Amino acid sequence: MKHIEILIVGGGPAGLCAAISAAQSGAKVMLVERHDHLGGQLIKQTHMFFGSEKQYAGTRGIDISTILTDEIANSENIEVLNNATVLAIYEDGVITLEQNHKYIKVKPERVIIATGASEKSLAFPNNDMPGIYGAGAVQTLMNIHGVKPGHNVLMVGAGNIGLIVSYQLMQAGVNVKAILDASPKIGGYLVHASKIRRMGIPILTRHTVLKADGKDSLEHATVVELDERWQPIPGSEKEFDVDVMCVSVGLSPLSELLFQAGCEMKMVREFGGYVPLRTEHLRTTNPQIYIAGDVGGIEEASSAMVEGHLAGLAAAKSIGYEHPEFERVYVDYNEQLEALRAGHAGDHIRAGMSKALIKEASC
Amino acid sequence: MLETTGIPSLEQVNSSFPSMERLMQGPVAIVECFQRIPCNPCATSCKRGAIVPFEDINDLPNIKHETCNGCSLCVFNCPGLAIMVIDYTYSETEVTFKIPYEFIPLPSEGDFVQGLDREGQYLCDVKVLKVQNTKAMDRTPVITLAVDKAYLKTFRNIKVVK
Repeated sequence: MKHIEILIVGGGPAGLCAAISAAQSGAKVMLVERHDHLGGQLIKQTHMFFGSEKQYAGTRGIDISTILTDEIANSENIEVLNNATVLAIYEDGVITLEQNHKYIKVKPERVIIATGASEKSLAFPNNDMPGIYGAGAVQTLMNIHGVKPGHNVLMVGAGNIGLIVSYQLMQAGVNVKAILDASPKIGGYLVHASKIRRMGIPILTRHTVLKADGKDSLEHATVVELDERWQPIPGSEKEFDVDVMCVSVGLSPLSELLFQAGCEMKMVREFGGYVPLRTEHLRTTNPQIYIAGDVGGIEEASSAMVEGHLAGLAAAKSIGYEHPEFERVYVDYNEQLEALRAGHAGDHIRAGMSKALIKEASC
Repeated sequence: MLETTGIPSLEQVNSSFPSMERLMQGPVAIVECFQRIPCNPCATSCKRGAIVPFEDINDLPNIKHETCNGCSLCVFNCPGLAIMVIDYTYSETEVTFKIPYEFIPLPSEGDFVQGLDREGQYLCDVKVLKVQNTKAMDRTPVITLAVDKAYLKTFRNIKVVK
């Protein structure tokens, strides 16, 4: 059994920043990542980030990943376990891991869960046909492995991920035939929508997939227009000859470990699924456990990074490691988070937070 | 319209253009950013303060066209690729556009490429005057194009067929 001061689960934007801030506070950190490299979704992001300079706005996601992982590598307080999966959190606070077929038991004083999210699926006939992917899978194929997923793509979902992956597909020389969204309005940033539209790619709001067809793999997709009550309009069917359909209809928090740890969970629609109740210091109802990033509610990577810093600072302080400039940096990160969530794009985040936030005293 | 199709309306396009008087004075940035989102690199990259520093990160860019000299720093710093620089004084019949272009193959100077509008529809062939792809541009090359003045308000993109 290995004693750990702070265990961080997940090496994406939230986990990396949590590790950096906890280590800067003086705590010894173990960072656990299931893949063979750190960075999470950042390493697939070839576009320039939004936000402000403090969240590396204008820098591409993949370069932010390098900045953060270099900082981790240079910290003496952080031990990184790649290829390691957390198996269980036990009642006595013991956590078990598997790494390269080895079973590891650790007892951390604090845990920061930064496991991120998984992609939601869409129900329609033949949705399991080869050629139908989640947008994240297409990004992994293209941007990590350098493999073109196909020739002609139908993108389902006009949120930021759907819009960005469509752009990346076009950059890779793959033809995007159309982008659909069941909503009456485009969900992603309109600047992303405009830059895709001016390449001649139609964005069809109020449309959904009726069915997919093909002999051994996807050959055609039939889509249909929806009325105000989200019901298919008969006779509005359109067919697209595509060998790839990319489904990008939202994310759900990967919160299984939090359920297992007995954290009080709540279904918060604005956050994409079940999320833990948390204090303003990102502590769950299990006092050993903190959260950061999408596992606490689906948001942008910029906010995930800021939350990571906050959780790292707070978790370290709770075991007696106070950052030398705690007051200043903690206030600054909170102000950054508030600013990122202040606009119209943050309406649903503020609504979700009002449902998921609890007072410190109740935990 | 913009919210359902991604195509800004004529009113929105007009609202982002400076006066004809300012256009006659030389290069100037046109910012097509119509939605409040948390993003400010246009303002932080502007060395002249022509894009007024934001009070709230969700502010829409406020560009003082009379202060802007068309330096184009914002063109490759905008994460939304929503900014271009136009020079209406280039010639009697043509206006130049500097647009960000993140595709391969890049065009070469002297090439004629397809000029597209905000829906991606073909307008006319346009001449490539310059291709800039410096380290500071961080993989967002800026292409300078000569475009017939008739397409001042409609030209927005190019397609390179090689």
